[in-house]
Amino acid sequence: MQLVFCVITPFLGAALAAWAARLGPNVAAWIAGAATLAAGGWLAQGAMDTFAGATLVERIAWMPTAGLDLVFRLDGLGLLFALMILGIGFLIVLYARYYFSPQDPLGRFYCFMLLFMGSMLGLVLSENLIQLLIFWELTSLSSFLLISYWHQRAEARNGARMALAVTGMGGLALLGGVLLLGEIVGSYELSAVLAAGDRIRAHPLYLPMLVLVLIGAFTKSAQFPFHFWLPNAMAAPTPVSAYLHSATMVKAGVFLLARLFPVLSGTAEWFWLVGLTGLVTLVMGAVIALFKHDLKGLLAYSTISHLGLITMLFGIGTPLAALAGVFHIINHATFKASLFMAAGIIDHETGTRDMRRINGLWGYMPYTATLAMVAAAAMAGVPLFNGFLSKELFFAEAVGVAGLYRFGWLVPAAVTFAGIFAVAYSLRFVHDVFFNGKPVDLPRTPHEPPRWMKVPVEVLVAICILVGILPALTVEPLLAVAAAGVLQGPLPDHDLAIWHGFSPALWMSVIALAGGGLVYLGRRPLFALADRVEGRFEARRGYDWLVTGVFTLTAWVSARLDTGALQRMLLWFVLSALLLGLTGWWGQAVPLTGPRPLLPVGLAGSLAALGLMITAVLVVVLHRQRLTALILLGAVGLGCSLIFVVFSAPDLALTQLSVEVVTVILLLLALYFLPQTTPAESSRIRHGRDLLPAVAAGGGAAALAWAVLTRPQASIADWFLANSLPGGGGTNVVNVILVDFRGYDTLGEITVLALAALGIYAMLEGLQLTGPARDDQGRRWDPDLHPAIMASLVRLLLPLALLVSVYILLRGHNQPGGGFIAGLITAVALIMQYLANGVAWTHARLPGDLHPLIGVGLLIATLTGLGSLVLGYPFLTSAFTHIHWPLGDFELASAMAFDLGVYLVVVGATLLILIHLGLVHDASHPSADQAPDARGADR
Amino acid sequence: MEALLALIIGTLTACGVYLILRARTFPVVLGLTFLSYAVNLFLFAMGRLVVGRPPLIDPSAAAYTDPLPQALVLTAIVIGFAMTAFVIMLALKARAELGNDHVDGMHEP
Repeated sequence: MQLVFCVITPFLGAALAAWAARLGPNVAAWIAGAATLAAGGWLAQGAMDTFAGATLVERIAWMPTAGLDLVFRLDGLGLLFALMILGIGFLIVLYARYYFSPQDPLGRFYCFMLLFMGSMLGLVLSENLIQLLIFWELTSLSSFLLISYWHQRAEARNGARMALAVTGMGGLALLGGVLLLGEIVGSYELSAVLAAGDRIRAHPLYLPMLVLVLIGAFTKSAQFPFHFWLPNAMAAPTPVSAYLHSATMVKAGVFLLARLFPVLSGTAEWFWLVGLTGLVTLVMGAVIALFKHDLKGLLAYSTISHLGLITMLFGIGTPLAALAGVFHIINHATFKASLFMAAGIIDHETGTRDMRRINGLWGYMPYTATLAMVAAAAMAGVPLFNGFLSKELFFAEAVGVAGLYRFGWLVPAAVTFAGIFAVAYSLRFVHDVFFNGKPVDLPRTPHEPPRWMKVPVEVLVAICILVGILPALTVEPLLAVAAAGVLQGPLPDHDLAIWHGFSPALWMSVIALAGGGLVYLGRRPLFALADRVEGRFEARRGYDWLVTGVFTLTAWVSARLDTGALQRMLLWFVLSALLLGLTGWWGQAVPLTGPRPLLPVGLAGSLAALGLMITAVLVVVLHRQRLTALILLGAVGLGCSLIFVVFSAPDLALTQLSVEVVTVILLLLALYFLPQTTPAESSRIRHGRDLLPAVAAGGGAAALAWAVLTRPQASIADWFLANSLPGGGGTNVVNVILVDFRGYDTLGEITVLALAALGIYAMLEGLQLTGPARDDQGRRWDPDLHPAIMASLVRLLLPLALLVSVYILLRGHNQPGGGFIAGLITAVALIMQYLANGVAWTHARLPGDLHPLIGVGLLIATLTGLGSLVLGYPFLTSAFTHIHWPLGDFELASAMAFDLGVYLVVVGATLLILIHLGLVHDASHPSADQAPDARGADR
Repeated sequence: MEALLALIIGTLTACGVYLILRARTFPVVLGLTFLSYAVNLFLFAMGRLVVGRPPLIDPSAAAYTDPLPQALVLTAIVIGFAMTAFVIMLALKARAELGNDHVDGMHEP
């Protein structure tokens, strides 16, 4: 399981570092470093086998039925990337500790950074492509957090948003590509995908799949025309830039190219799309980099250019080019990370990054200057440094392309041109910053940074030199195993020597070095020209235009739909529903009436139905007299429960009956605080306008109900009916479904009920309402609020009502009843006490706090479910047995405990709602018989 | 009988839709209650209409009605109550905060 632990460790470290930051910045840094090293330790366990050529695959079953497992894979390519992520990550942890000022929250930085590190590790170690994509998106999200670390700065927020928008869009495209790829191969696992190269390339969906995957890779790796997010991401703290833009984030794109290289490359589409994109990005990045006055801006465009170089190498598609691509990934990571760190030191020490002001730093920090110069030389491709070696391989591959096509010579020419500019901007980085006269108006006087801030740069620069001089002894084993991981086959012959004789590649290097020097010497007219065209050809303009357009469009649409008038929105809603229904209707040539035999119509039934409909219409006609309308509404509800009685649904009838009582009491209480009548303010046209859709909706519902009712039924009911007694131990199938077969549903529903009650409680908290002193006909309220006869009777009735509810609860498994109904009956019985005796009197005699009741109910229901889980059955499987009492056979089922939970939640929620409204009610008109601390008793 | 139930569902829906299009909160709450009735009956009707065969297992019973829609509707009734309660409290809160009971809360009381 070492790979799983390797990926998880940074995530755990992230939480720990965020928490430990309160103990001091050093603690957070130590934790981050330790997490990185621990992840490295897990990785090292598999690394030895990988060097021997093995591919390690670890699998954890996740959703076996859907064919989804968590699968991790370690081969050469994954190992190389994991090493870079952890190695450079560790150096960044050290560097960042000294980079940030005491005001910056270090815990947050280390938390975000470790999140990002874990996401990257997951990405490069994934065997399953869907899983890879999840980590891919996680890197986008965590890099968003890192780039916007200084979220008080607008440029940081904008840069982070842009990076997220562009890479997020790419992630979406990649999702499409991966789904197509999985469709083609029949599996999302890399082992299967990598073995199906010929099938993939021959498939008709190859091109769309390729394009989608490439959009994903190109957005992540900042390839033209998606490159613009990278320079804007430079608003991030420099440790972030050094990490994201050297070894990790932007390398995820080229990692994907390398990962899928064996199956996607080798076609003309691949060659042109990838190769050309790489070439354009290479040249464009190199040229723009020279003209950036911002130190990090120069490095950003140089990064774009180098990513173009790597992309182009993979695009060329020969095994040797792929090997060179992997080699340059390593080299670029080392020299670019050290250059970013050096730029961070300079920024840290001088207070600015403007190269027109930073000059002559050699006199202040010669040691840092030496380190930066070595790294810059590696970036320029100067012999004896590592950048030279991979650039030579690259030049040789470019020459190889020249012979393949007409105008093929343009490729080495363009590549050399880019090389010239690479030398020129490297030269500028060195000469402008460290020489070139005296500093101009610096905010601070620079000096050498703290010792430990330089160590990470020293390590990386040492690697640049060692690899540059002794490639075969240092990088060769890692490069070989990584390239073998990319190619999934034998390695091409290669020779990592400094001297290859007078090859064309060497001459190209010479031209680049000499030409670069010349361009830098003649830079002044070029800078003048660049200042004139500055900002005129920026790809981010297209992005800005797109974003503004989308925002304008959405604002326009929501302004049309959301006018702030509920009535109009509801009307639109009803009309759309009608339209949708009608569209479905017209498409079908099926008759409205089905063949099912109808039930005979009796006189009593017809009269009752007619009465119900007339009452409903009366509610609408009389809805201005609110009290009358409410009473009529209650009658309609009772009518509904009669329907349930007639059509074999005793449980529903009982539920509807008790809910109706509670609802009417609730609405009566609420009505006291609302106007007693509705003013007539709608015009005749308005009424007609509302009546039409209402009648149409009613007609539609009736037609639909008729169409269903007259058709024969195919249902899964038989299964429930057959299994209710043997499987659930109850004869009331409805109750068994509720507490057993679909118990999970019921658990969710009582949770909703509990939440609604708590929400209402929160809304009523502190609510001050005043009711009217007189009724709507101007009469005073009756001074006898609690008539003695009613009070006494209701008190007598309470034990009987509670007995009934317990009976209903206990018999629910076998006869109509159960937790819902019993709970409602109990609630009604108690509410009757409140009504008859007054809230204050009753409140003083009953346990006031109802929250524990709801909580205990939910707990009992959940624990019942967990109990079956402990015993090895699925959640909420019920068990039952029969015990013999002197009174007869008595059944005991675990479902009854669940039903008890339901009962408690229903009682608690119903009472909580009504009693708290009642308390508001009492508070609004204090009367003689009210205890002064009526509201206090509840707290 | 099927036709009667279909008519009842239609009537309840029509009344509900008309009432939710009113401008004051109380009729809208009544309308929502109507719609709950209609939806519950409609869901119940998906099990078709059967007289005198409740889903209580009994060796002497020849057949049963479909218990599944009943189970679904039972919880729907209770949740419907919670929803009605929530909406009417919102209406009270709006009345207390805004001083009127218009659904958009911006007209004079």
